[in-house]
Amino acid sequence: MTDTATLLEVKQITKRFPGVIALDDVSLSIEAGKVTALIGENGAGKSTLMKILSGVYPDFEGEIHYKGEPVRFTGPKDAQQQGVVIIHQELNLIPYLTITENIFLGRELVTQYGTMDKSRMRKKTQEILDRLKLKVNPESQVFKLKVGQQQIVEIAKALLSDAELIIMDEPTSAITGSEVEVLFDIIADLKAQNKAIVYVSHKLDELFRIADNYVVLRDGKSIESGEMAGMTQDKLISKMVGRKIEVMRKMADRGACEPLLEVKNLNLKSRAKAGNVLHDVSFNIGRGEIVGLFGLMGAGRTELLESIFGLHPAHTSGQVLIDGQQVCCDSPSRAIAAGLALVPEDRKKDGLVLGLDVKNNISLTTLEQMENLGTLSDSKECDLADHYIGELRIKTPSKSQKAQNLSGGNQQKIVLAKWLATRPKLMLLDEPTRGIDINAKTEIYKLIIRLANDGLGILVVSSELPEILALSDRILVMTEGRINGEFSASEATEDGILKAAIGATHTAVGGQWSAVGGQTP
Amino acid sequence: MPQNIQPIAGEKSAADGRPSGADGRSLALQNRFPIARFQSLIALFLLCLALSILSDKFLTFSNLWNVMRQISVNICISVGMTLIVLTAGIDLSVGSVLALCGAITAGLLKNGIEIPSLNLFIGFTLLGATLVGAVTGSALGAFNGWAITRFSVPPFVATLAMLTVARGLTMLWTGGFPISGLGETFQFIGTGWFLAIPVPVWISIVVVAFAVFLTEKTRIGRYIYAIGGNESASRLSGIHVSRVKIIVYTIAGALAAVGGIMVTSRLDSAQPNAGISYELDSIAAVVIGGTSLSGGRGSILGTVQGAIIIGVLNNGLVLLNVSPFWQQVVKGLVILLAVIIDKANAKNE
Repeated sequence: MTDTATLLEVKQITKRFPGVIALDDVSLSIEAGKVTALIGENGAGKSTLMKILSGVYPDFEGEIHYKGEPVRFTGPKDAQQQGVVIIHQELNLIPYLTITENIFLGRELVTQYGTMDKSRMRKKTQEILDRLKLKVNPESQVFKLKVGQQQIVEIAKALLSDAELIIMDEPTSAITGSEVEVLFDIIADLKAQNKAIVYVSHKLDELFRIADNYVVLRDGKSIESGEMAGMTQDKLISKMVGRKIEVMRKMADRGACEPLLEVKNLNLKSRAKAGNVLHDVSFNIGRGEIVGLFGLMGAGRTELLESIFGLHPAHTSGQVLIDGQQVCCDSPSRAIAAGLALVPEDRKKDGLVLGLDVKNNISLTTLEQMENLGTLSDSKECDLADHYIGELRIKTPSKSQKAQNLSGGNQQKIVLAKWLATRPKLMLLDEPTRGIDINAKTEIYKLIIRLANDGLGILVVSSELPEILALSDRILVMTEGRINGEFSASEATEDGILKAAIGATHTAVGGQWSAVGGQTP
Repeated sequence: MPQNIQPIAGEKSAADGRPSGADGRSLALQNRFPIARFQSLIALFLLCLALSILSDKFLTFSNLWNVMRQISVNICISVGMTLIVLTAGIDLSVGSVLALCGAITAGLLKNGIEIPSLNLFIGFTLLGATLVGAVTGSALGAFNGWAITRFSVPPFVATLAMLTVARGLTMLWTGGFPISGLGETFQFIGTGWFLAIPVPVWISIVVVAFAVFLTEKTRIGRYIYAIGGNESASRLSGIHVSRVKIIVYTIAGALAAVGGIMVTSRLDSAQPNAGISYELDSIAAVVIGGTSLSGGRGSILGTVQGAIIIGVLNNGLVLLNVSPFWQQVVKGLVILLAVIIDKANAKNE
């Protein structure tokens, strides 16, 4: 083993965003020649920390010591030049350029005449690819490579810049088993070259294979760090979640209710690759029932909601029934007519027309009811807007304020309002409280519960376990496109749900666990 | 408490209830009287002022009506263009469609259709011929919309193709020669007067009124803004995005036909190369009028102002004896300036 000198030390970093503290007094140290696993739930602050380490956020409180010296990276380029490189989950390669061109992008070698020195760049690329045992032609275009190979090209990019600290964000989320093995071999080599690696992953079993140290983040705080040896999955999970449900008290369980939505054998073919995104998903939701849907990133939660809502008609198969009637969900307008409403995950991208005002956003789904003799009635629109601004307590200077000028919580309430205006029977809520402050969150929780009490069926997707636990009468857990566990409100625990999400299967009846292995892709 | 409400940070100031009255009022005032909406009017006023000082011919009735008559065609086309640009699209084919529709109307009016094999001759009345011209424009527009929505062809490419196709069809229909001598009744459309106002101006007033009504008062108008502002949110809201787009391209095609009939009537002749580069003047009017090329933001009346500015500028440069080469340079710079100012405004919003 090489020396265990500390390469980078984070000292009491705090990072605030308007209304949220993303990192709260976080400290940790990263050693050269070691793999440090960065662990935490969604929203624990991992990505903020990575962005600070890689120079994306130059603005924070606290200090970073790098090679013993205090540093403050002014931007990603600065961090890169000093040897800190991040490999993002979504790869940042330019698809129609070759491997060589990608690796040397922005730092091309030139000849003495000022033209590009292609042969030298190609030779250098070849050397690095050999080191990484990637047997492809440096002149092949990147989009022709497999995802795993593209990832190796990213690593090659990092090696070219003589990176000393390589941050890998969910590197195995998109690659297959054999590619994972290749990646792990490379990581072992990098370790041997005394490089430090920060490895972020939800897949705990991987971490146990390659990580030397761990750092657990929770709610923006660094909870614990130490050596991986001697830890168990259960201990790690309890450190990740280890908190009381403080957001709100659990509602009284509602009794059995008549089924409202039935989903039978829903499959969704993947557009990008062979295989399915959703595999034979079946479940029911009752009238007045709140069902929580939990899953880690990439489990297929959003795709499930979108398929039910008719957004992928050409790739979906299976049945969706509402009130026992089969719904032909091949377009959002049909889904809306059948009584469905979808509050999307990204309200700015899919939820709102930011340039339109509050009133026009709320009436967008029900404009045909806003007409008098074929022309839009301003008074009807105003009535509708006033009604929901009052009912949902939307805080806006006026109903003619553009949606883009409101806070996240109020924007989300506008999205909810426009869907409530359609008088839906079932609401599909995708991360309904993402990025909004705690007060607005609580209000939205109360609203959801009130709607359920009024008889609406509600499916809530959330990556926040406390939210799921606080709201749901029943919890479904998804892993890799399948429903991998079902919990009643009384038997649900954070540990149990997280285990099911990571890949262990859970049977609702016996509450027993089966082994993690043998996952069919 | 912060005085101005900022995005996101607004949550804090509004946390304990409605924000103070002062905030609400100042915002409402800003929304009601945006300087941006008036700057093109101010520019137009200054332009007219300068021209009336520099040239004694500018501020005469005959000249002003002449300008208005010329502008009418661009206004008709640009209204359709505005609707398309509001959906974040573009239509490069308007000039060719204008030429084809004008030629078809002229040809039918003058020669009718002869089918020798059936020993059949179909003559067309004025109404019939113009109607066929308008229907042709609508059909070509609908085809644009269909290609764009059905096959996800970018509007730029689909309408570029139509530009070539419609020009080719015009050449086929006319054989490359003008169709002239269409009769006095037909000339009335382009050169006549009604209630002391030129007929083309009446036509453009009707077109503008229709489009303002459409955008401000109808569902489809709202959908146009919504789609341009956020297509994905619009689709999720149950809006039939494709249908709305096809309707919009159809309207634009029909308005290009109206423009074609006006041009043909004014010249008493359908020129096979009529309308070349009209799409550029029309896009310029839309842009100078403050409509964002990325969609969702803008207005019909803004475009009308834009078209008038271009028309007055053209007229003024001619009156001042500026060489045609310099005219183009000036026009180009004005367009660039307008967009730069518009960008700056958007940033301040």
